[in-house]
Amino acid sequence: MLALQPRPLAADPIRVEAAAPTPLAGAAVPAAVDLDIRGMVKSFGEAKPVLNGVDLAVLRGQSVALIGANGAGKSTLLRCCLRLIEAEGGSVRLLERDVRRLAPRDLRRLRARVGFVFQRHNLVPRLSALSNVVHGAQARHAGARYWLHGLAPKAVREEAMHCLDLVGLPHIARQRVDSLSGGQSQRVAIARALMQRPQFVMADEPVASLDPNAGEEVMGLFSDLMRREGLTLLFSSHDLRHAVDYADRIVGLRAGRVELDGPARAQDFAGLREIYG
Amino acid sequence: MAEPFVGPSAVAERGPAVPGRFDRPGIGTFLAYLLAIAFFVASIDGIGISVEDLVAGIPGIGRMIGQMFPPDLSRLDSIALALLETFQMALVGTVFGIVLSLPLAILATRSQTPHILLYGCSRALISLFRTVPDLVWALLFVIAVGLGPFAGALAIMIDTIGFCGRFFAEAMEEADHGPQEALTALGASRLGRVFCAVIPAALPSFIGASLFSLEKATRASVVLGLVGAGGIGIELKVAMDLFSYAQAATIILSIFLLVLVVERVSTFLRQRVI
Repeated sequence: MLALQPRPLAADPIRVEAAAPTPLAGAAVPAAVDLDIRGMVKSFGEAKPVLNGVDLAVLRGQSVALIGANGAGKSTLLRCCLRLIEAEGGSVRLLERDVRRLAPRDLRRLRARVGFVFQRHNLVPRLSALSNVVHGAQARHAGARYWLHGLAPKAVREEAMHCLDLVGLPHIARQRVDSLSGGQSQRVAIARALMQRPQFVMADEPVASLDPNAGEEVMGLFSDLMRREGLTLLFSSHDLRHAVDYADRIVGLRAGRVELDGPARAQDFAGLREIYG
Repeated sequence: MAEPFVGPSAVAERGPAVPGRFDRPGIGTFLAYLLAIAFFVASIDGIGISVEDLVAGIPGIGRMIGQMFPPDLSRLDSIALALLETFQMALVGTVFGIVLSLPLAILATRSQTPHILLYGCSRALISLFRTVPDLVWALLFVIAVGLGPFAGALAIMIDTIGFCGRFFAEAMEEADHGPQEALTALGASRLGRVFCAVIPAALPSFIGASLFSLEKATRASVVLGLVGAGGIGIELKVAMDLFSYAQAATIILSIFLLVLVVERVSTFLRQRVI
């Protein structure tokens, strides 16, 4: 039996028959749950909460796409998982830690195990690509030696170069990131996340600010890397084709609640578009 | 049948009312304006502005300028040494001031301070350093460490902490939040976030403020000499007291040259680095 209990969908406006998350192919034992969110509530002072009792579980090694209209709560949900924004209600278990009860030091340790890729890459513009990737090592080490590539130990610089190599950008290591294209910047952000040696990766609309070709290229690379490294991935996207092509499972949010949850292959675009209605 | 053309003027006639160019001030605002103007007029009267005195003084200024030229270059070597000391005082005071203002500015940045109490204390200290004039600091340090450029450098350092502390804190407050969020998300420490995301973003403002404070300190260090805090100021005071206007002219021209060079170099560096 799977550890994950699929949520009942009987009263949901969009019903997906095969709603149970897909177990890992060939798995003989139940996959562990890396993320388990129950009843998450968050509002920003408005009458209507942005998250209104979200339940979601993500299995180890699974790739889950979050879809939903603007304001549906996708970004808020991802940020609440790492307490970049504090949720007001509900519980979050991430990598077997109760996120909402963690002390600051333990929270930092947990964050270190989770890579987060932002929509606008959030790199430090005046620094080189290599320095930005070296920052990922701060997940494991503290101290000034991990602030700039010029100060970093040789092993860290080599690992950062390897991460840049994985995203196909070893040649721009010394370039300032504000001179890079949007696609290159997002790849550097992915390299920074890899530098953390994460067990779980979250991505908030990672290709939304890129043109379609760059978006396709980055999303393909991102998805390949996650599968190759065996990482659990939770990403939000407005591109339904990306959700279908790169996720095992699609979760749709509407008005702060999960309104759709099912295997990506079982979805059709017309059905998925209803979540934006 | 096609509808008749409706021109812009016809649209304007039936459209919403166009708001006035300016908002009519309320009675309170109007009284405040009136009070401000009345105080300004009273201030003109209070300082005893006299066009007659100004006109009568012009020949005296003319005579003094006449005596200044040609400038007396006989003490050029000692003036050059005093000028060098002035610049050294400004440079050392500014550099130490910049270095010390950085940690204080971090504590005085609301988004980076470890505790609200530290924020309040550091803001208060910066305000104190900034609001007390450098001449007063120089007088205090002359009493504390004696006459000479060390007192001047200390006064400049305190003044720089007040100036840079405030500007550095404001620049860090305005730094892009995105990279900070990324560093937080990957588990970086507070210090790591400040040095990796906040300071690089605020660096152009830091450099601008630092170079400006060097220019400011160079000008200030001339005046500090008047209260015995070292530098060329004392040379100028002696020359003026002895009515050696030709020698004073040499000193004033050399000060002008020094300030000009510092400003030029500062502008060049600002353009190159920022």
